[in-house]
Amino acid sequence: MEIFVGVSTVFVLAMFVGWMVITKVPPLLHTPLMSGTNAVSGITIIGAMIAVATPDELSTILGFIGIVLATINVVGGFTVTHRMLGMFKKRD
Amino acid sequence: MDLLLLIACSECSRRGTRLLDSALIDFTYLVVAVLFILCFTKLSHPRTAVQGNLLGATAMILAVLVTLTNPAVISSLSDIWPVLVGGIALGAIIGGALALRVKMTAIPQMVALLNGFGGGTSVLVAGAAFIDSTDRGLQLTVATTLSGVIGGITFWGSLVAFDKLQEWLLPSNPIHFPGQQSLNCFLGLVVLALAATIIVEPSVTWPYLALVGVASVLGILLTIPIGGADMPVAIALLNSYSGLAGAATGFALNNNALVIAGSLVGASGIILSQIMCRAMNRSLVNVLTGAIGSGSETSQADEIYTGKVKSTSAEEVAMLFDAARRVVIVPGYGLAVSQAQHAVRDFADLLTAQGIEVEFAIHPVAGRMPGHMNVLLAEADVSYDSLKDMDEANPTLSQTDIAIVIGANDVVNPLARTDPSSPIAGMPILDVDKARTVVVIKRSLSPGFAGISNPLFTLDKTLMLFGDGKQKVLDLISAVKETNH
Repeated sequence: MEIFVGVSTVFVLAMFVGWMVITKVPPLLHTPLMSGTNAVSGITIIGAMIAVATPDELSTILGFIGIVLATINVVGGFTVTHRMLGMFKKRD
Repeated sequence: MDLLLLIACSECSRRGTRLLDSALIDFTYLVVAVLFILCFTKLSHPRTAVQGNLLGATAMILAVLVTLTNPAVISSLSDIWPVLVGGIALGAIIGGALALRVKMTAIPQMVALLNGFGGGTSVLVAGAAFIDSTDRGLQLTVATTLSGVIGGITFWGSLVAFDKLQEWLLPSNPIHFPGQQSLNCFLGLVVLALAATIIVEPSVTWPYLALVGVASVLGILLTIPIGGADMPVAIALLNSYSGLAGAATGFALNNNALVIAGSLVGASGIILSQIMCRAMNRSLVNVLTGAIGSGSETSQADEIYTGKVKSTSAEEVAMLFDAARRVVIVPGYGLAVSQAQHAVRDFADLLTAQGIEVEFAIHPVAGRMPGHMNVLLAEADVSYDSLKDMDEANPTLSQTDIAIVIGANDVVNPLARTDPSSPIAGMPILDVDKARTVVVIKRSLSPGFAGISNPLFTLDKTLMLFGDGKQKVLDLISAVKETNH
């Protein structure tokens, strides 16, 4: 229960931080914001790595597929965001 | 899991090492979370955004590296490294190829696909944690259930959204069938019943698999009634779900990095869906059920336009620019369809060179996802400080000599302000009718997504330039050059 309260505290506070930070992103950058969040949601890769490490064969398989999907998100998300952001230039 | 920790622990030379390691790992996850927050903070301006994105990528590498020192991982590393390296290599090749080859017009599809993969990973990871656990506590079972439901809906819903955007199998218009709502409600109840089963009887695994299965069907059924024009909302919402599924997985694993990253993504998606709904003046429920006004008015559209629409030529329009000091270009998705971005950029440059102030006014739903039109114009080398959002652009339109509308319709329809019975009543629009002269480049007088006629086209100050967007802009360029000689 204490663990649950701890994690819940983190969750609620993080939602507030997220709310405040994201509302400051201008509409100009909403598309890179979304592809960036795709990349960040790939953090589940660390859960997939731990799943692979367990002796159960089924969870190793699930973990492997999880690593592949999460890495697509991480590499694809950050790369495409970088590509897009590079296009936003200011000319004088 | 506990057994593994014991094994890992016995391998430590000193008992204290493991505790220290685990604290160090958690501390590093905190650093990772802070870097993610900074990554999004820096997205508040294009000047710092690139740096923010790199911070995010650095944080992710850090998270992966430190997870390698997790006791369970490090103790079996000699056995599992091919799985880890293979999985990461495969994912990196696919993800990298996607990211480098995708066309900017297809970014919505890519984001839809990645939303789905995010949801899918959560289902797999939470499922694996559930299967591995011998002592399934309440937090694990509830979190796994949530992750399974949200993740399953996200994965399949996103695949449907991807398919609709790509226009492969499913038509982009809403799919309705009799009893649709009742079926969805029934499946929702089945999900609840299975969730209750998992929580009451956590020792059996099959209800989780059934739960994911039913959630998958629900994900498909919930997305097919959403029409093509509403896809920006659907993608933003699925984006949010993918984050919330990740946060739920964080609860299942007691991992703060997952919880924080998931919440950030969840909050982002919710905010963007809200912005999109507000920009269309529709409730989320209305969008999700695919209930948009019928096109009953289309038949009388011709009568409304007859004799009132002034069609013009590029040469005539070109002469207007002699006296113009300020021009605002309003792009719609039609501009991207006719691949006119580069031509428009050339045109804007030409006018700027003549001392005319040129700006772009961009409605939130101008593209096929939030912010899409900005990316398309940025790709064509339009300077970002001339890209104005609706709130910035509207007050300046009354001091604008010429507003040029290219491939947009509903977002400049004054009926939204004046006719309370119109399907777009109350929708915030770009007030181009306040400019001194309006030039509308459009293929025909056909209505936009909302299926209604547009009185803007019949105004005295409005000139219609019929034809393909790109061709007409090219015509304008040569006509303006002509007039200068």
